[in-house]
Amino acid sequence: MLSPVILIPVLLNGLMTGAVYALIALGLTLIYGVLHIINFAHGAMLTAAMFACYFAFKTLGIDPYLSLFVLAPVFFALGYVLQRFVIGPASHGEDRNMLLVTLGLAVVIENALLVNFRGDTRTIDVPYAFATINLGFTFLAVPRLVGFVAVFVVAIALWLIMSLTDTGRAIRAVAKEKLGAQLQGIDVPHIYAVTFGLGTACVAIAACLLMPSYYVNPGAGNAFVLVAFTIVVLGGMGSVPGALIGGLTIGVVESLCSLFLGDSLGQVGIFLIFIAVLLVRPQGLFGAKA
Amino acid sequence: MSALLAIEGLRAGYGETEVLRGLDLVVNAGEIVTVLGSNGVGKSTLNRTLSGVLRARAGAIRFDGAPIERESCAAIVACGLIHVPEGRRVFPNLSVRENLDLGSYARGKPRRAQNRERVFSIFPRLRERASQYAGTLSGGEQQMLAIGRGLMAEPKLLILDEPSLGLSPLLVEELFGLIKRIHADGVSVLLVEQNVVQSLEVADRAYILAEGQFAMSGPAGQIAADPELKRTYLGL
Ligand SMILES: Nc1ncnc2c1ncn2[C@@H]1O[C@H](COP(=O)(O)OP(=O)(O)O)[C@@H](O)[C@H]1O
Ligand SMILES: [Mg+2]
Repeated sequence: MLSPVILIPVLLNGLMTGAVYALIALGLTLIYGVLHIINFAHGAMLTAAMFACYFAFKTLGIDPYLSLFVLAPVFFALGYVLQRFVIGPASHGEDRNMLLVTLGLAVVIENALLVNFRGDTRTIDVPYAFATINLGFTFLAVPRLVGFVAVFVVAIALWLIMSLTDTGRAIRAVAKEKLGAQLQGIDVPHIYAVTFGLGTACVAIAACLLMPSYYVNPGAGNAFVLVAFTIVVLGGMGSVPGALIGGLTIGVVESLCSLFLGDSLGQVGIFLIFIAVLLVRPQGLFGAKA
Repeated sequence: MSALLAIEGLRAGYGETEVLRGLDLVVNAGEIVTVLGSNGVGKSTLNRTLSGVLRARAGAIRFDGAPIERESCAAIVACGLIHVPEGRRVFPNLSVRENLDLGSYARGKPRRAQNRERVFSIFPRLRERASQYAGTLSGGEQQMLAIGRGLMAEPKLLILDEPSLGLSPLLVEELFGLIKRIHADGVSVLLVEQNVVQSLEVADRAYILAEGQFAMSGPAGQIAADPELKRTYLGL
């Protein structure tokens, strides 16, 4: 049962699924690291982006991988506007309120989707949905491979933005030292909104990477965000490398559990690890001690 | 001489409490002016109001000829009024170089590399530690970094809030020397301090803040020579 012929494809599959988890977790951890809130609207945003991707394909015939280049900036702008003009002003500077406002947003978005599209599960048929690449010893599913590569491109792009641009440095500065940032003339509400926009763009990209091989219904995003949340805790709240490595780890764990315990129990391992990490290292793998 | 900063009837506070109860102050271009007062008297409140972090409740603040009491922090920085806060407030998770670069986020960006060299020549220790995280610096080095970061914005007026707080006597000596040097390079300075003796040595004029008002103001030498005043208001 443990022969490499079985194990290696399972590990590769796990890594590739984990990459998309990592991207969703990246958005969540970025927002947490800077605004110090858990964005409860993250799952609803993912669902909304999946619907956008679905309809772009169904009505306009745009391939999900092409929609990505439109939906990422659109969702960046959406996230920016939501934070700057809804979440921020409605919170009156209280982190607690911000949390509740994102929760409210999630309810509104999910129900708006439910009213308009009912509970139906929808899929799209792209020609490459079941395409594989033969590696000799195993086959790789093309949509998963594309997802894996895309997530690494996004992670590198984000890292470059964070370390080379003034806006990226300002985001990191605001995360740890708000008053110090303000006194350099950094507009904190603007930086919050940019961060929220980047986090939201992450889910839009994840949605486009998922749609070729996944389905959408008004609750589709939540399953992913629950896993993403465990990744954020596992990797350390606010840690970007933690989100990436945590995402890949969780993907592999899920994949191995599916192999040994069956598909329906695949996620059990995730939550066992989650509990174990909380017990042994509550600050997460890459988190700073409180 | 022309007034670079002019404050009239300034009132500010938090919630129910009024901390500043009608302040008038002038800093002329080219001066070092010091504001002295004991702990909790409202020195930092004054600085926060000048830099736009806190809104004035009444009164006028003119900087470089324009009213700024309604302006945002970012707009005030863009005018060249730069506030180096109490407690340094450097970015611990950014390198020393990145901290300096963010000093020119809103002003002085075209000459960033040049100004960084200038800051390194004033504070050579920052050059040695350029790629180190600011959070790993000693308290004295962090203070140098905070001032260096302020200089990156090409200040017309540099407000220093208790820069000597928590430094060893030797470092305090070095710091006041550096403040004189920065001033000699053409930067006007508003030095807010509890360190009375050394502040009066470097300043042109001084204001004594007590119970929300300036109890006394005048040439630094005159105030330094007044024993009664120091005992009454500064608890020396
Ligand atoms: N954020 C704040 N909220 C409420 N009161 C404050 C705040 N900051 C300072 N104070 C109060 O205002 C007074 C002046 O404080 P501060 O300006 O920091 O004094 P100083 O800098 O002279 O030591 C103090 O009594 C302090 O307790
Ligand atoms: Mg103070």
